[in-house]
Amino acid sequence: MIIPTLFLITILVFLLVRFVPGDVIDMMLAQMSEQSGMGAELTADYLRAAMGLDQPMLKQYARWMGFIPDADVDGVFKGVVQGYLGESLWKNKPVGTELLERLPVSIELGLISMITGWLLAMPIGIYSALRQDTALDYLGRSFAIVMLSVPGFWLATMVIVYPSILWGWTPSLEYIPFIDNPGGNLIQFLLPGFLMGTQMSGSLMRMIRTMVLEVMRQDYIRTAWSKGLAERTVIYRHALKNALMPVVTIAGMMLPMLIAGSVIMEQIFCLPGVGRLTFEALTQRDYPIISGINLVMATTVLLMNLVVDITYAWMDPRVQYR
Amino acid sequence: MANVQEDMTSQSSSIRKRRNATADFFIRMVKEKPLGTVGLVIVIVLFLAGIFSEVIAPYGYNEIILSDRLDGPSPAHILGCDNLGRDLLSRIIFGARISMIVALAGSSIATVVGFLVGAISGFFGGKYDMVVQRFVDAWMCFPGLVLYLIVMSILGPGLLQVVVVLGVSMGLGGGSRVTRSAVIMIKEDVYFEAARAIGVPTSRILIRHVLPNVLPIMIIGFSTGLGGFILAEASLSFLGFGIPPPVPSWGGMLSGTGRQYMLQAPWMALWPGLALAVVVYGVNMLGDAVRDLFDPRLRGGLGRYGGVTQEKLQKLAEKKMTEAEKLRQTT
Repeated sequence: MIIPTLFLITILVFLLVRFVPGDVIDMMLAQMSEQSGMGAELTADYLRAAMGLDQPMLKQYARWMGFIPDADVDGVFKGVVQGYLGESLWKNKPVGTELLERLPVSIELGLISMITGWLLAMPIGIYSALRQDTALDYLGRSFAIVMLSVPGFWLATMVIVYPSILWGWTPSLEYIPFIDNPGGNLIQFLLPGFLMGTQMSGSLMRMIRTMVLEVMRQDYIRTAWSKGLAERTVIYRHALKNALMPVVTIAGMMLPMLIAGSVIMEQIFCLPGVGRLTFEALTQRDYPIISGINLVMATTVLLMNLVVDITYAWMDPRVQYR
Repeated sequence: MANVQEDMTSQSSSIRKRRNATADFFIRMVKEKPLGTVGLVIVIVLFLAGIFSEVIAPYGYNEIILSDRLDGPSPAHILGCDNLGRDLLSRIIFGARISMIVALAGSSIATVVGFLVGAISGFFGGKYDMVVQRFVDAWMCFPGLVLYLIVMSILGPGLLQVVVVLGVSMGLGGGSRVTRSAVIMIKEDVYFEAARAIGVPTSRILIRHVLPNVLPIMIIGFSTGLGGFILAEASLSFLGFGIPPPVPSWGGMLSGTGRQYMLQAPWMALWPGLALAVVVYGVNMLGDAVRDLFDPRLRGGLGRYGGVTQEKLQKLAEKKMTEAEKLRQTT
């Protein structure tokens, strides 16, 4: 089931990117002649051949996938199947290394937002469900709805604009590497991460609340109450254990949301993560980079879904997958 | 007892049928869903602003008054002016039109695509279903925004492109799945088998039997999806891949050259986002209310009276009983 999907993903990734108009060759020629006057000798055909863009689409795909030998070295299979994502058209750098350089930034951002998201959503969502229709429940639900409606980029813009007007404080918009200054780096990531986390907590909170509510209506909870168990026992041992199982699996489905959020936040807060890389590559028509990023992201999402399914089956003995 | 209850419900539903279905729907909305009603009002305001932009807006959306550059809120410009001296209120009113078009057209396309792909895939099943579903699987693995960015850079910025891209990809991803599972359920039903048995052509079955049965689900999908389209368009325009300037889109107004001036003129950053948040809130609330009122599983059950206590339910049941009693006496 997963293999044909993966295969389709590679085809989609490869094809989509090559439809992006504006030939990379034209852009390169323009830049080269600007820089060194070399453009006169370098013809478009030469460049195209050097990068293997003159070959038929199918052959390019097969080469990229590693089904047929590499263009430069005979007899060497170097492609996606072998774990090689190609080389950036602009930087003479393998896509893999470029990605690995940028990934930590995105992962750090994602982790911080995940943590804030869950820390916010769990207590409020559970409380909201246990004390249904109280004032605090309404407050929590309103918060969730507001978080679902407020666009993240606006929130981020407001956080940049208003504090600087009111108190003359602006978040630093220059990337601080972790090795240079761990503290400064963390503080820098805290704000975008927190914003993304609050955003995510909206939908998380709603899901947690629904799940807990559903479980609280079950017969076995009524049984637990009627046995005279303490509220604490009913809630922790009987209700939450069952309610939070499906919620945990949602963590996997949050991944696409996280990626989308980080594209925007990295753009606003000038963090050199994968989101920004996608952006740069898109404007430069750097096909291999775009393909590589997409392939990695789509595969991660696919694998994450698989892991979620397996975890779910493992945690809940009632679920069986054929 | 079961008979009595059945009798009761069939009679009370026959009372309801005498009223106009649409009017009944809105009456139920106002009665049972206060938040949904608030959402409805917000959506109506959005539509009015979008349709009559030229009439309402005090200035044109690209009318540059250089002397008023970066002016704060004043009687002449209620919400202030942007870095080019354009009236922000007017731009927000015209931006409502973009949001309205994107939401309605995008969600319509998504619904149609979702129905076509999902219904046909579920209807024919077998190998065809297998292939289509693997394709949908692959499509859904791409994080939405990144996919839109790539497709938008292929097609170039523009309103039509945004609507088509968002509509098709959301229809393929979420919508088709929902329709497909609904169709597969319908296939098990007796009336479906009966239609098959007497040799009704496939196209007719699809239109006469499948479509009406998935219609509520499609309407729910349509109304709950609206907010997502508005937000997605705003994000795309914000990143510069959506609606090209000078056409005012709420997302676009927060991006680009305007960003440099936001520290001098914070109202430039405030209003478009606020409009966006309020509208998305309204649309979401309306969508939720429509879902609750339409969902056949919740109809008449606890869900419909969500938040109503047992006592109120008891009273309601008693009221229905007396109503039914009265009806029995009169007939």
